[in-house]
Amino acid sequence: MDARHKILILDDDADWLALCREMLAASPSRPEILTANTAKRALALLETEKIRLLISDLKMPRMDGLQLLSIVRRRFPETRTIVLSGLEDEEYRSRAYALGVDLFWLKIEMQRNAQLFIECLESLLGQADRDGDTGFRGIQSKSLMDIIQMECLTRSSTVLRITRGPLVAKLWIQDGELIDAEAEGARGEAAFYRLLAWKAGTFENLPAEINRERTIQKPVNALLLESAQALDEAADPGVEPDSVESRLHRKTMWKLSQLTREGAEFVIAVPLAGQGEPEALGTQGVAALAKWTRCAAEIARRLGDRLEAGPLSHVAGQNLERQVLMLARGDRAFLVGWPAEAAENLPEKSRKLVASWDS
Amino acid sequence: MGFLKKLLFGGPAAVQQLPTGTITVDRAGHIITSTVSSSYPKNMLHGIGRDVLELLREARAAQMPLAEVSLHFGSLRITARELRGGAIIFLFPQTALFPTPTPARP
Repeated sequence: MDARHKILILDDDADWLALCREMLAASPSRPEILTANTAKRALALLETEKIRLLISDLKMPRMDGLQLLSIVRRRFPETRTIVLSGLEDEEYRSRAYALGVDLFWLKIEMQRNAQLFIECLESLLGQADRDGDTGFRGIQSKSLMDIIQMECLTRSSTVLRITRGPLVAKLWIQDGELIDAEAEGARGEAAFYRLLAWKAGTFENLPAEINRERTIQKPVNALLLESAQALDEAADPGVEPDSVESRLHRKTMWKLSQLTREGAEFVIAVPLAGQGEPEALGTQGVAALAKWTRCAAEIARRLGDRLEAGPLSHVAGQNLERQVLMLARGDRAFLVGWPAEAAENLPEKSRKLVASWDS
Repeated sequence: MGFLKKLLFGGPAAVQQLPTGTITVDRAGHIITSTVSSSYPKNMLHGIGRDVLELLREARAAQMPLAEVSLHFGSLRITARELRGGAIIFLFPQTALFPTPTPARP
């Protein structure tokens, strides 16, 4: 009898299916790969074959991936699920995790980190072997502190990847001890404290990295306690005025360091409703640039509505001296200035800057 | 029957198509050339030209004259290059899997 795991890949793109089949067939456990180009066909295969892992796209005609996953969760609870999507919208990630999927990967990330993807997949299949059809999945609405404590109490070895919009942070846990953290350009304890200030996000368990260098020496409970105290003090309205000033100063310094690290020239945050003054770092011509930012946001909104062109991602402009990128986030618009020779992927870098500006 | 048909069904469902092609507008916003399908409403194209020119004009007023500006929407990208007060405007519908590449810089 063939003991190989069966993996079913569902995607409406035939080329992508062929690519995935070739890549996954070469993974260490040599799984048997089945493919389907419609949700209906995938359900038929799930009925007839013992599928260990389903890898599904989200955007498909007739029945989309989220609909299919909710059916799979109900009818085939023992099947592990991975979403592999081209949709970079954070809402889809949250909705997929709310449905209890085991992993959510972007197609572009998978192509960039194929090795890590294979390791995650092997880890999932290994877990399935160990646990059989037992174990609970689908943790929702737990605080990050709860999740970290849970991993440490169970003496796990894992890498927790936490995502909040465009920001990604990682925690390395080895035998129940927190050994390293990375968040918003910081590392070690500083990164851990920054991460704990995040109010929401999603998390994924990646395979443990045994050779990771240790940068955190304190026990995780001590770190959590210190962090909780710091957050309590920050929320206390009776705090001394000078400490408010020093906090503002620290915040400004942090923003400046982010700006320098990413290589941006300036950032302006403009309230869209016209209330409040624009905040800026790295430029003198705040009023004129803020006016253009408001104007660009308004024109983009008008054009998007009229043409029914979907949500605005960003507005980019360039001349010989610099490039600018306007993003709307909540009730504010942000204008980020970059040198003319700045490398590619400016929208992603700008989004990260804007997200850390707000955090 | 003709009367009932009108009463019950009204006009056809209006699904807006996305424009594809290139238009050139002068500094007053008049369309000089266009490769966009003639079935696409002219007033919509005028609107695009007018808005893009306003964006470029406001940038000049903010002491930040732009040679090129791109508006990236979920399903459409509009890229405009300044042409002596007017502009050449490229309209690219987008799909999730096959976003169109950025045109090479002049």
